[in-house]
Amino acid sequence: MSRRPPEPVQVVKQRRDAALAALVGSVPFISFLGVTFDRRGDELTAILPYRRDLIGNPMLPALHGGATAGFLEITALIGLSWGMLWEQVETGAVDVAALGEGWCPKLPKTIDFATDFLRSGLPRDAYARAEITRSGRRYASVRVEAWQDNRQRPHAQAIGHFVMPQGPMA
Amino acid sequence: MNKPDMEFVKTHFAKELPYVAALNMRFDELTEGVAVMTMPYDARLVGDPESGVIHGGAVSALMDTTCGAAVFSHPEASMGTATIDLRIDYMRAAKPGREITARAECYHVTRSVAFVRATATDGEGDTPVATATGAFTVDRAASEGKA
Repeated sequence: MSRRPPEPVQVVKQRRDAALAALVGSVPFISFLGVTFDRRGDELTAILPYRRDLIGNPMLPALHGGATAGFLEITALIGLSWGMLWEQVETGAVDVAALGEGWCPKLPKTIDFATDFLRSGLPRDAYARAEITRSGRRYASVRVEAWQDNRQRPHAQAIGHFVMPQGPMA
Repeated sequence: MNKPDMEFVKTHFAKELPYVAALNMRFDELTEGVAVMTMPYDARLVGDPESGVIHGGAVSALMDTTCGAAVFSHPEASMGTATIDLRIDYMRAAKPGREITARAECYHVTRSVAFVRATATDGEGDTPVATATGAFTVDRAASEGKA
């Protein structure tokens, strides 16, 4: 039995980055808010770069709670979808070449989303990570935490429930 | 600090809060403890490219803003308020192309907390698009003119 040689690292990276970019790029609201994702292996950190457009209280100033809640919901949805897409791309079930322009992924649907505003959002970049606490065939529960300057002092957290899409993503 | 006239707030508030302006929200109604706001359909806010349905995150912003407005328009609350928590239930997808209107009611105010519920509709049928419940901060000293 012959063993396949490991793929060159740049091929692996290119495939994973292309899959993530296609997923994130398919959702207009993500670019409206300006959210980007930093990938380390399969782990994602969502980034919301500060813009004046995100301010809800110009007196303080503070980020709008709706911008923060939207950022967290995006983080949860991409976290869930990325989990599925990663699996399908790595096993070869989905070909990255099929994820081009005009690809409409089947995304999870939010059932409910509860955001806890722990601190006022500063006029600075924000970061968030999603933790999938349960992912079943039909439903998933996700916890999201967001922070700014200090990872130990989150400014918001959220719990959401989602209906999972069925079948391959592409 | 006296509260500004609600009619003045109604015309200026939506324009002066950058994120509210970015989403083109407008006030339909602002009376004591009740706010109604509308967010037009915008292709940039789409969350599901396949159906063209607006992202939940944009609906959250409409809900949060409308709930906050219901709080500060309440006679016993302060003008400055912040969201403590907001839970949104998404009952169905908003119809693509339709504007979404949220109606929020601040139904109870204590010395430190205002309780709010809201419903969002798109004019299609009787089932709302989403409902929300939230708790907001109240700065009673400010509202009583002691701050």
